[in-house]
Amino acid sequence: MTYKFDWSVLWTGQSGQWLLQGVITTLEISVLAWLLAGALGILSGALRTLPFPPLRVLAAFYVEFFRNVPLLVWMFFWYFAVPPLLPTPLQDWLFNHGAEFWAGMFALGVYHGARFSEVIRSGIQSISKTQFEAALSTGLTTAQAYRFVIIPIALRLIIPPLTNESLNLLKNSSVALTISVAELTFQTRQIETYTAKAFEALTAGTVIYLALCLSIAFVMAQVERRFAIPGLIARVARPEH
Amino acid sequence: MVKFQHVNKWYGSLHVLREINLRIAKGEVVVVCGPSGSGKSTLIRCINRLEPIQAGEIFVDGKPLSDPTLDLRALRAEIGFVFQQFNLYPHLTVRENLTLAPMKVRKVSRGEAEAIAAKLLERVGIPDKSNAYPANLSGGQQQRVAIARALAMQPKIMLFDEPTSALDPEMINEVLEVMTGLAKEGMTMVVVTHEMGFARRVAHRVLFMDEGQIIEEGAPQTFFETPGSPRTRQFLSKILSH
Repeated sequence: MTYKFDWSVLWTGQSGQWLLQGVITTLEISVLAWLLAGALGILSGALRTLPFPPLRVLAAFYVEFFRNVPLLVWMFFWYFAVPPLLPTPLQDWLFNHGAEFWAGMFALGVYHGARFSEVIRSGIQSISKTQFEAALSTGLTTAQAYRFVIIPIALRLIIPPLTNESLNLLKNSSVALTISVAELTFQTRQIETYTAKAFEALTAGTVIYLALCLSIAFVMAQVERRFAIPGLIARVARPEH
Repeated sequence: MVKFQHVNKWYGSLHVLREINLRIAKGEVVVVCGPSGSGKSTLIRCINRLEPIQAGEIFVDGKPLSDPTLDLRALRAEIGFVFQQFNLYPHLTVRENLTLAPMKVRKVSRGEAEAIAAKLLERVGIPDKSNAYPANLSGGQQQRVAIARALAMQPKIMLFDEPTSALDPEMINEVLEVMTGLAKEGMTMVVVTHEMGFARRVAHRVLFMDEGQIIEEGAPQTFFETPGSPRTRQFLSKILSH
């Protein structure tokens, strides 16, 4: 083996700064996309369980359209295909304000929103119809019954698959490097280009992704414990307080 | 208080309510019994419009339910409904179960809602459980919380859909006692139940339903001792023989 390891490339020159900026960008794009995905997922997942056919169809269309096209294609679509359709001043403004970041964030959020939606729908559908009727019969509107009873229960039930989807979202943010968002993978490639030390650069990226994902999984496990519904199978019971 | 006029309901081709005519007066306690599938649950679920009807009219407090301008939410706020399976909100404490609707529907302040909740928990005999979650309670306690949750809206009518059918025998009485207390205070109640002892002691009127029709109705004494219809006699002999 002739390859000479040189780990110092990770902290000499600009590498450290690049990695840090990469982590920050990855977190920014992921958190914003997660919020967008959460809002779209809860809304469309809930709409698909309501007895209003037009809204159900609309929500189903959203899910099937966005989850069945590769994320990479969506990134290209929102970055290369959509801006030319916009008025020129808006185009100029966008390209002066990080258009690639917003296109990437939007693609990621909308794509994962469609996937969140199905997870949320299965959570809602696991709740008995009479639970919903009980809320309605106290005088709550359908919207209030969803807001205070159905969705809070559903969200508690779907924490494990939601963790899965959240981790996928974070990892999929790396696809944004293809539209030149300077996120973590982009920065490790940059270190590799400058130093020709691919193994070291990609190892750093791997370790950072692993650390980020494990942290999220840990936080979600705490959330699951904190919000466990007493009385459900194999859950940590919350003591009476 | 409640009036059914030529009410008919179908599930697809299944005719579940046939020509129901019924008047329930203020303060009256009506027990509805009948075999499974006879339409008794459907009957009371129509009163707060959990089920729509296809023909006829139902009036609650003089207001027709088919009125397109009807405020469904206000209607339901006036009608307490107790389910066989309790249907408490499992993610909320007992107190929160009781305060949710008063705060969101009646716009009562949290403090006031909690004061009402405490009073109601006292009344149903579990004042010490306000911080417990539904899963930490026995079935009988859960059903009493469900009754208190309905009462928290200060309803004019209480509907009970087999409130003791999911309970262990030793817990049935604690729920029936709460219901008896309510009846004594003059609450208008419609109770679907097979608790014939409760019907004898508390009801003003007993209805027997079969195949979507009211076959027989009468004061408990007449109903149990001299039922007119052979179908009623057959049903009573089956449920009272042991």
